[in-house]
Amino acid sequence: MQIFTYILMGFLVVCAISVSLSKNLLNSILIFMSYSLVMSIIWILLESPDLAITEAAVGAGITSVLFFVTLKKIHAIMKSEESEEEEG
Amino acid sequence: MSRKVSREKYEKTVSYRLKQWYEGTKDPFLGEVEMKSQKAFSEDVNAKGKRMREKKRMLARIYDTGNNAEMKIFAKFYRVSSVLFCVLLVFMLLTAVSWLPTFGEPDNPVNNEVAARYIENGLQETGAINIVTGMILDYRAFDTLGESHVLFIATCAVLILLRLDKSTKGSHGMGYDMEEDRLYEPKNDVILQTVARILVPPIVIFGIYVILGGHLGPGGGFSGGAVIGAGLILYVNAFGFAKTERFFNEKTYKRLSFCALGCYCMSKCYSFYTGANHIESVIPLGTPGAILSSGLILVLNICVGLVVAGTMYTFYVMFRKGAY
Repeated sequence: MQIFTYILMGFLVVCAISVSLSKNLLNSILIFMSYSLVMSIIWILLESPDLAITEAAVGAGITSVLFFVTLKKIHAIMKSEESEEEEG
Repeated sequence: MSRKVSREKYEKTVSYRLKQWYEGTKDPFLGEVEMKSQKAFSEDVNAKGKRMREKKRMLARIYDTGNNAEMKIFAKFYRVSSVLFCVLLVFMLLTAVSWLPTFGEPDNPVNNEVAARYIENGLQETGAINIVTGMILDYRAFDTLGESHVLFIATCAVLILLRLDKSTKGSHGMGYDMEEDRLYEPKNDVILQTVARILVPPIVIFGIYVILGGHLGPGGGFSGGAVIGAGLILYVNAFGFAKTERFFNEKTYKRLSFCALGCYCMSKCYSFYTGANHIESVIPLGTPGAILSSGLILVLNICVGLVVAGTMYTFYVMFRKGAY
């Protein structure tokens, strides 16, 4: 279990760094979402299931949905899709 | 030594770039992450003079700088008073910090008998098996009252900022936005609708379970409300706003949050008069473990859950559309 916690911690750090390094905004939101999910698992391992439920619902669910809507409003998602089509 | 990939292909691989970076021939961040330098702002003399004159005239017209004594005094003391204010603020904050107890001392005010009391007597005094819920909705219910009002105020701020007026509904208003909003997404996506039809009822039921079982196990008003809000958002995404408007519109949100916050206030506002002290409850605590137990905690959980669910859904609708 100790090793599992260390793996999750490492994943957390990798997520946190790659959110800021990712150039595609959509990707960074998805990474942020996975960060919240890993965080909620860590809350369970720390024996606080109350926080785990809240983190999963708010951090991974609603925050990312609001981020998506905001990106769509400022046309950031459309732009990235167009550039992907150009590359592909 | 034969190489299977061609030179051009090899130059595209990660290992080649790593090798470049290791040998120092090419920095991968150079020219990729830094800001592009902007063109210098240039303006010919005539246009600049005209702009300055017009700005001066406009300010004179608006504030009446010639005869306005208040403006004159303000202009004179503005810089001095701003510096003074900043210095005063820094001084105040530093003084407050210097009074804080040293970090990590065993006899700090944080390490007192309150935590032990919560853990030892929590079950008898609040009747909640989940000590956390007993703490936040019984011992510290006054704090949670403020917390749920913070959420309500956040919704008010979002409504003020993002709401579209009825007068702008015309050519460039709501219709335009809605057209644009739905332009790039599938209108009746079968996969999404099927998934939503299967998933939304369990999500909402789980949210209700989390709210109602807040005093028996992990959970409570805030997390359950967030789960219900997420379920509603999924429903909206699958079936559109026309379906949700039948059971959740502006009026529903108004009534819901008013009733929930009013109920919470009625049951806990005595703290204003008793100086945040506790009053013995007349409601029997019941047997710990039963769903109808632990006094007011269940009612307060339902109130907080309703407020949070409505808030989350309203946030989404406001971000998406600017109106219900």
